[in-house]
Amino acid sequence: MRRDGRSPTFLFSCLCFGFAFLYVPILVMIVYSFNDSRLVSVWTGFSLRWYGALWENEQIIDAALLSLRIAFVSATLATALGTLAALAITRMGRFRGRALFSGMLAAPLVMPEVITGLSLLMLFVSLEGAIGWPLGRGADTITIAHITFSMAYVAVVVQARLTAMDRALEEAAMDLGCRPMGVTFDIILPLIAPAMLSGWLLAFTLSLDDLVIASFVSGPESSTLPMVIYSKVRLGITPDVNALAAVIVAIVGIGVAVAGWLMARMARTAA
Amino acid sequence: MMGRGPSVALQRPERLWRRTVAGVPYLWLLVFFLAPFAIVLRISFADPLIGQPPFTPLYDEAQGIQLTADNYRFLTEDDLYWVSYLKSMRIAAVATLLCLLIGYPMAYGIARARAVWRNVLLLLVILPFWTSFLLRVYAWMGMLSGQGVVNKALLALGLVDQPVQILYTDLAVYLGIVYTYLPFMILPLYATLERLDGELLDAAADLGGRPRQAFLDITLPLSAPGVVAGSMLVFIPALGEFVIPSLLGGLDTLMIGRTLYDEFFVNRDWPLASAVASVLVLILVLPIVVFQRFSQLDREAAR
Amino acid sequence: MSRAVEEAGGKTSVNPWENPAAEPFIRIENLRKTFDGFPAVDGVSLDIYQGELFAILGGSGCGKSTLLRLLAGFENPTAGKVVIDGVDMAGRPPYERPTNMMFQSYAVFPHYTVADNVAYGLKKEGLGKAEVKDRVAELLELVQLQDFARRKPRQLSGGQQQRVALARALAKRPKVLLLDEPLAALDRNLRERTQFELMNIQDRLGITFIVVTHDQEEAMTLATRIAVMDAGRFVQVGTPTEIYEYPNSRFVADFFGAINLFEGRADASDPSRIICAETGVVIHADPLAGQTLPDVLFVAVRPEKIRLSREAPAGEGVTVMHGTVEDLAYYGNHSLYRVRTDQGKLVQVSSQNTHRSAELALEWNEPIHLSWPRDCSVVLTE
Repeated sequence: MRRDGRSPTFLFSCLCFGFAFLYVPILVMIVYSFNDSRLVSVWTGFSLRWYGALWENEQIIDAALLSLRIAFVSATLATALGTLAALAITRMGRFRGRALFSGMLAAPLVMPEVITGLSLLMLFVSLEGAIGWPLGRGADTITIAHITFSMAYVAVVVQARLTAMDRALEEAAMDLGCRPMGVTFDIILPLIAPAMLSGWLLAFTLSLDDLVIASFVSGPESSTLPMVIYSKVRLGITPDVNALAAVIVAIVGIGVAVAGWLMARMARTAA
Repeated sequence: MMGRGPSVALQRPERLWRRTVAGVPYLWLLVFFLAPFAIVLRISFADPLIGQPPFTPLYDEAQGIQLTADNYRFLTEDDLYWVSYLKSMRIAAVATLLCLLIGYPMAYGIARARAVWRNVLLLLVILPFWTSFLLRVYAWMGMLSGQGVVNKALLALGLVDQPVQILYTDLAVYLGIVYTYLPFMILPLYATLERLDGELLDAAADLGGRPRQAFLDITLPLSAPGVVAGSMLVFIPALGEFVIPSLLGGLDTLMIGRTLYDEFFVNRDWPLASAVASVLVLILVLPIVVFQRFSQLDREAAR
Repeated sequence: MSRAVEEAGGKTSVNPWENPAAEPFIRIENLRKTFDGFPAVDGVSLDIYQGELFAILGGSGCGKSTLLRLLAGFENPTAGKVVIDGVDMAGRPPYERPTNMMFQSYAVFPHYTVADNVAYGLKKEGLGKAEVKDRVAELLELVQLQDFARRKPRQLSGGQQQRVALARALAKRPKVLLLDEPLAALDRNLRERTQFELMNIQDRLGITFIVVTHDQEEAMTLATRIAVMDAGRFVQVGTPTEIYEYPNSRFVADFFGAINLFEGRADASDPSRIICAETGVVIHADPLAGQTLPDVLFVAVRPEKIRLSREAPAGEGVTVMHGTVEDLAYYGNHSLYRVRTDQGKLVQVSSQNTHRSAELALEWNEPIHLSWPRDCSVVLTE
């Protein structure tokens, strides 16, 4: 039914165009990852040689492992901190400095990465000068930086769930004799667990994806995967990066498919 | 009860628990978010030094407190910074507008799609976000290069006689920003459009509003919070963008994020980089306040 | 009794629907609407006359809202047609129809003031500024919202928002006003007041109203005529009295308030005698004219038509049963009794408490006689 002036055909073509815009570059990149030629834009034949090259590139493999380790640790800690922050904002009422707290919690969402990276580096350098910690920079400083900016994302996701939650559940628990701390563990945490999981995934992805902040706060010995990719592609297109992109897209695709299947199964058993 | 703070005296472990919940993240943000800003601000008033750290200390026993506005003076004197700030704003603004033009009909189309399709389409919007941002920008390097798909298509269509230079121009930067941030525009727009009560449009039609008018009278004003939220979500990060101009832009695509990065890593002038950052934060305050205000309004409207 | 008769003050006045020469204002002919093959409105025909307050009544999903949306033009019919004031509405979008609608959700534009909401339709009509202003003032006065003209909808109560919706729908002086569950969202006190306000406004403006509702009480008090709808079809169309006193099916009888249903079959020799299958009692009824009676039929008796008495009543054509009071409830103006007949059938009886101390003052488990005259038995064949 046409009710406000946009015909279905117009909308449909907009959607087609928009999704083509979003997906064609990725598809082209994947197709060319199977190209035999070193010249990425000239198709000479099908080949898996770049996947082989990728597998033997120790620099990339090491960087990927480092990135995964940092992402895992920072996502886990960011989820813990972000959840606490969301609880503080939604369930702790007014406390001193609440406005400053919620401001600090929201700011990393909109802060340009160059600024976050620069300011954290300045902090680490100053701290090292003042108290001797952290000694140099590396995986630890990257992890701290990633926790700081991704806990804000976790807090947003968890906060949304907490706001939508029926407060009567917590009141019922207290009415039945449960203390506030018990309420948090018995009632709130189980109910916000899915939001925490989404927050964790988001933080994990953000950490894996970050180039700019890591560039600022990393040391000479610790290059994350994005840093290695950046140093390779800054000078132009290289076919093994195409292969890497294809692998990442495949992993994400499989992950989404599995998640979708699991959710569908859960919905079926719940119904 | 918990929401308004306990009116009854809490026992010790409960008090400790409450303090932990608020205190731990609070402390973390103070140390790793607020303090760094103070330090940046302070270093922006220092002089550069050859050494480690490469800037003069705030306090010197011989000279007392040392503050210099030289860095800020330099920012106003050297054209490079003005041009970078202005160009960043222009590129971010135009890219935001383009995102809005492409994103609005898409968000609208998704909101009006059948319920079964809606989630699939939304997933398709979000999916690219889960793949590497860097690699998606890199994908455009391949697309836009001399023998890339875009040039091949233009040649095949007979629109050009020989490959045109798109990569390493401002156009490539626009494409890259729109491509990367389009989902950030679509999602808040979708949220407001999906919430729009269809009966309001029925009512407008019933009272004589033709479809186009109903769109202008009802749909557009009621989706304003989404438009503002989406625009800010694109504009703010685009303004400080570094990767896109450095990979897709030319040497003259001076965006402030890139200038800052170069100032820091190439010239190693920490005080000047800090001054550039401080001014950038100042520029960002206004759009951030607008964004906060509107997202708050939107949350209230959703209630 | 219909209001048309009341107004005429007993003069010989024929209701338009009883007058074959009267020209219907709205003709609905064989209207059908299917969604994915499922018929929401399944071949409906109806004539509505100028100035009527017509109610379409049915449970949720019976198709009444779809019917209303077909009249307003939000849906296109799969088959059939709608003619309003002699003009076929086929292919006419809502913004070109002489109908206006009061939405169930009110659909008051949240970003406009009250005055701008009311003015919207007038502006779309291209009226001049001064004229719009006058009309808006006039309508706000009609719905008693003159002091709220500059407020935004979220500053109004639900009842006030509804009156904005009403004023807005009336602003264009539509030929037909469509009301979708107009009272559903109001609390009890407000409902009654609004109901009378609606009737008043309709009387004063003479606009034809079509009300969709699921509430039989609302339909009976508001409407000149009611169409009872089920599964996309009209089950019965008639005045409130006809529908209440002479339901044509168990569905309609059941829909309108409480009713006692007795299954039985007609005596072969005397069709006015119906032998109740459950109790074996002979129920007296007026025989149905010109109709062959099926083997199984039903007799419906309203609880307020049944009399309770300690002594066995007698008389020609009076149906009598005997039982014990199983339950009684006092409601102030009336009392409700549940009587178990000796054969085990539960019968509901309601009696008006016209005196302070009830004459009967029945006790639990008291044996009692039930009786009703023949004209209170409604024979139903389906």
